[in-house]
Amino acid sequence: MSEPMTLDNSFQQAEKGTSLWQDAWIRLRKNKLALFGLGVIVFLCVIALLTPFIAPYGYEEQDLVLGASPPSAAHWLGTDIFGRDMLTRIMYGSRVSLMVGFIATGVALIIGVLWGTIAGYTGGRVDAVMMRLVDILYALPFMIFIILLMVIFGRNILLLFLAIGAVEWLTMARIVRGQVLSLRRQEFIEAAVSLGLSRWTIIHRHLIPNTLGPVIVYTTLTIPSVMLLEAFLSFLGLGIQPPQSSWGLLISYGVETMEEYPWLLIFPGLALSITLFALNFLGDGLRDALDVRSSKD
Amino acid sequence: MFRFILSRLLQAIPVLLVVITATFFLVRAAPGGPFSAEKAVPPEVIKALEAQYKLDQPVWQQYISYLGDLVQGNFGPSFRYPGRTVDELIYGGLPITAELALYAMLVAIIIGVSAGVFAALKPNTPQDYVPMSAAMIGICMPSFLMGPLLVLVFGIWLEWLPVSGWGDLPGDKLLPAITLGTGYAAFLARLSRGGMLEVMSQDYIRTARAKGLPEWVVVLKHGLRGGLIPVVAFLGPAFAGLLSGSFVVETIFQIPGLGRFYVQAAFNRDYTMILGTTVFFATLIILFNLLSDIIAVWINPKLRHQVQGGS
Amino acid sequence: MQKNNNLSATVLLFTWLAFLSLVGCSSGENNVTTGNRDGVLHWGNGTDPQELDPHIVTGIPEHHILAALLEGLVAKDPATLEAIPAVAKTWDISDDGKTYTFNLRNNATWSNGDPVTAQDFAWSWWRALQPSLGNQYAYMLFPIKNAEAYAKGEIDDFSKVGVKVVDDHTLKVELNNATPYFLQLLDHYSMFPVHRPTIEKFGKADERGSLWTRPGNFVGNGPFTLKEWKLFKRVDVVKNPNYWDADKVKLNGIRFHPVENVTTEERMFRSGQLHHTGSIPIDKVATYKKDKHQLLHTHPYLGNYFYRLNTTLPHLTDKRVRQALAMAIDSKQITEQVTKGGEVPAYTFTPPDTLGYSAKPAFEFNPDKAKQLLADAGYPNGEGFPVTELLYNTSEGHRKIAVAIQQMWNQYLGVNIVLNNQDWKVYLDSVNNGDYSIARAGWIGDYVDPNTFLDMWVKDGGNNRTGWSNPRYDELILKLAPQTADRKLRYQLMAEAEAILLEDMPIIPIYIYNSKSLVHPSLKGLQPNILNYNLYKNLSLDSNMSEVKLN
Repeated sequence: MSEPMTLDNSFQQAEKGTSLWQDAWIRLRKNKLALFGLGVIVFLCVIALLTPFIAPYGYEEQDLVLGASPPSAAHWLGTDIFGRDMLTRIMYGSRVSLMVGFIATGVALIIGVLWGTIAGYTGGRVDAVMMRLVDILYALPFMIFIILLMVIFGRNILLLFLAIGAVEWLTMARIVRGQVLSLRRQEFIEAAVSLGLSRWTIIHRHLIPNTLGPVIVYTTLTIPSVMLLEAFLSFLGLGIQPPQSSWGLLISYGVETMEEYPWLLIFPGLALSITLFALNFLGDGLRDALDVRSSKD
Repeated sequence: MFRFILSRLLQAIPVLLVVITATFFLVRAAPGGPFSAEKAVPPEVIKALEAQYKLDQPVWQQYISYLGDLVQGNFGPSFRYPGRTVDELIYGGLPITAELALYAMLVAIIIGVSAGVFAALKPNTPQDYVPMSAAMIGICMPSFLMGPLLVLVFGIWLEWLPVSGWGDLPGDKLLPAITLGTGYAAFLARLSRGGMLEVMSQDYIRTARAKGLPEWVVVLKHGLRGGLIPVVAFLGPAFAGLLSGSFVVETIFQIPGLGRFYVQAAFNRDYTMILGTTVFFATLIILFNLLSDIIAVWINPKLRHQVQGGS
Repeated sequence: MQKNNNLSATVLLFTWLAFLSLVGCSSGENNVTTGNRDGVLHWGNGTDPQELDPHIVTGIPEHHILAALLEGLVAKDPATLEAIPAVAKTWDISDDGKTYTFNLRNNATWSNGDPVTAQDFAWSWWRALQPSLGNQYAYMLFPIKNAEAYAKGEIDDFSKVGVKVVDDHTLKVELNNATPYFLQLLDHYSMFPVHRPTIEKFGKADERGSLWTRPGNFVGNGPFTLKEWKLFKRVDVVKNPNYWDADKVKLNGIRFHPVENVTTEERMFRSGQLHHTGSIPIDKVATYKKDKHQLLHTHPYLGNYFYRLNTTLPHLTDKRVRQALAMAIDSKQITEQVTKGGEVPAYTFTPPDTLGYSAKPAFEFNPDKAKQLLADAGYPNGEGFPVTELLYNTSEGHRKIAVAIQQMWNQYLGVNIVLNNQDWKVYLDSVNNGDYSIARAGWIGDYVDPNTFLDMWVKDGGNNRTGWSNPRYDELILKLAPQTADRKLRYQLMAEAEAILLEDMPIIPIYIYNSKSLVHPSLKGLQPNILNYNLYKNLSLDSNMSEVKLN
């Protein structure tokens, strides 16, 4: 996961660190694919927000006699085995999935980046202790951990974010730390140190922006896996409960009946894939925009 | 380097101890005991069972005696499977899971690296977009979906491959290996594409081309050597991930591996089995994380510059 | 461009070569074909057996294997479920119904050639009752005089327990009460004989998990013997030539496949790897019913699906509320549209016609009356009714039923229900501790008699868990019915008790279980019955039917 960085460009970038974000925005606007990705994400979020007003049916409205029916004029994406409208359920599901995807990933992102940067930059004993803590959390039996958390705190949505954040930040921290370790010895950081900049300034102005490339790539990959992890956690009873739904749950139910009622798998799967691609285009664009160098992974 | 490795190995001891201690008390605090069942178990039976497994002793005493057994390499008896020791179960499942992880790794490397290199040869053309989009889908596709899909197509519709099992019928190892390997293949594709793009713009590649070497020699001999370094760094944690993440695949394909034991032990509250597998996986994770750190140190930029200077 | 094409071709070739090396060669014959040729039955057996010790195990998969390896005093006729001779050739029952004398056949032997004697049974039952063994099914022996006291450690002298060896081939059993279903219990694994010298060779009699149950060590008296036990892979049993009725056994062996995932099991069946599955995914039932109904075997099963209501909660103490909840469930629609497996809606707790016993249906789906009852209880249109949690253990089937019922209660009664799923062990803990409002439950009878469904609801019964009790009910079940030898009279008492239970409604019966399995047409001799019970010696494989299209 190490992202090699050539010296001259990094130095250049460090010099104009203050205008980093404006610069990035200008470059991003030139990237059509990235703008398209951004557009799709914004569109999905707007739909999710407006769902209660524009959804064609109620998400819990059943029609047991109708049962599972393929797409039709009345139900554009078909109905599930309870005769509930799939379009409506996917729209409501997007509220849960997008929220879980963005918030839980955000939590993981913040903890992971800070943890990894501090450990990598400080080094020595602090680094050792911080990273061994990561090892310990990696190794604990996650399921038992979740079950216990539920017993202690009861079932609530905050715990869901906490549980997902708790696993996802670990890899993030390792990636960032590796990145920081290789940056630390580079000239532009040493120059900043010799200029007498405070440690915090160095971290947030020079180190973190330079780790953003791999972090953004990893983040775009994390969001869909978080959405699916949410489905797994709901099997342990954490997270949302029927009749509410999420994309992850719709997909895992859909798998069970993919031969009989394929539309129950295809449409939520499409929704997740579209989000994933949009995120990915946006992520790649962002990474290129934040980085002067030419496009690479 | 030697001192670095030694100190990391020494650090592993307190890490393992914390993991064991935390897990030991976590499982005992979790609701639902190992012997609870739908039909109420009479109290005298519960008492007899707890006595058999020493669960009637004070918890600290159980903890001390567990540590004592562990030091002697003894994981204790399984609560779920009377007459089986945890050691026996782990040693039974390990070779199978290791084999599965190895094949999955093979699949991931073959598909991932060739797709990534292939894409990097013509960046921003269809030759790049198609394999990279496929890689995105591969990352996105969870194995609980990938497995049943593959089974449906190759097992049921085409009837080419067995739908389950491990080593029982010819070819039954293929679908599980692909299912488990796909996600990692997609990761590797992205990593190797990035690495190749970086390397192919370097001076020594231009030099090689200028010498008039055929393109495939340039790519395979000079390009791959530098371009796959990020891939190599990823392999350590990836292998640990494959070993511990095989639960879903093992369930779909009825494979008697460690991943299944690990999750089922948690569901069954098989205390000794949870502890045994946790200790085992913790050791693995520590070792593979160490391995990837060693590789990261080894390929630090200075070393990389030396390699480039030499060409 | 040309060069790139070459490279991609190389890469592709490389990839496919690697694949092919993994594949080895193409797949050959499936299990059904080879099994039919060799007389080996491939049986989908759910979870892997925890143990093969009949006095330790608790599950149905274990039952399937042990029924092949061991044999009790009597067996059941799969058609009528009446007792038929097994190790006992004949038996006499005293007039008061309290003393059973079994005459063991002379030619019954263990798989190592030792004769099966009355002493074997006495010793096995002694072992099954050892408190330190932790036998969860020891209570199956409790109809025997003083067995319960012995198992609970109240008496130490086994000679006081009502099991007497008269001679090598005569066993006399004394019961506490006339227990009309006693013969039914004798082919439960907790009453199977075990081979004393083998057990003592590998450990103490009351030791859990000694090595006597491993292949090579195991000595049994059933139609098959244990050949191989590969954990999580298979259990192989082969025909036992020393079995007294070996001539009648048509199969040469059975391979039990531990397939936990029902979806995987169905796929294995479809690809010809199994003759018989233990279950079928709920969503596949309709497909099979439509296109391949001859492969799908369903039959009512001695068990029911119901909801427990926690009667200690303020808003559920009023029986009108409980009745309202029951009457607002359209169980016909649930069985027809949700479970779809031919289940029968239940309006009694005991499945209809349990060995001649049928309770009177006590309620019906009636939303108007339900609404009225709820209003009478102070919640007109559900107003003021607290948000109530419906608990179930994580599973597709339970979820679907809960979702449907949640909606029905909301629609017909206006009450708000929140679903809560928990993993199995947490769920068990919550229900046991009364930490729930409404909880999903299932009950499978231990034997064919209404008693196994009714004695659980007595005050403080371990399986009651609803906080409900009724003195008259307890009197009927614990005192009056056991002392009544006459079947008809006894059933009347039981019916009175069940009427009390259903009037008070601490539980809501939803439907009677159905056993559902997929059966390959080459498997002959299966007999549908309410216990899903079969004698392996009746089964055979027809190799002419190997090539049936399953897809």
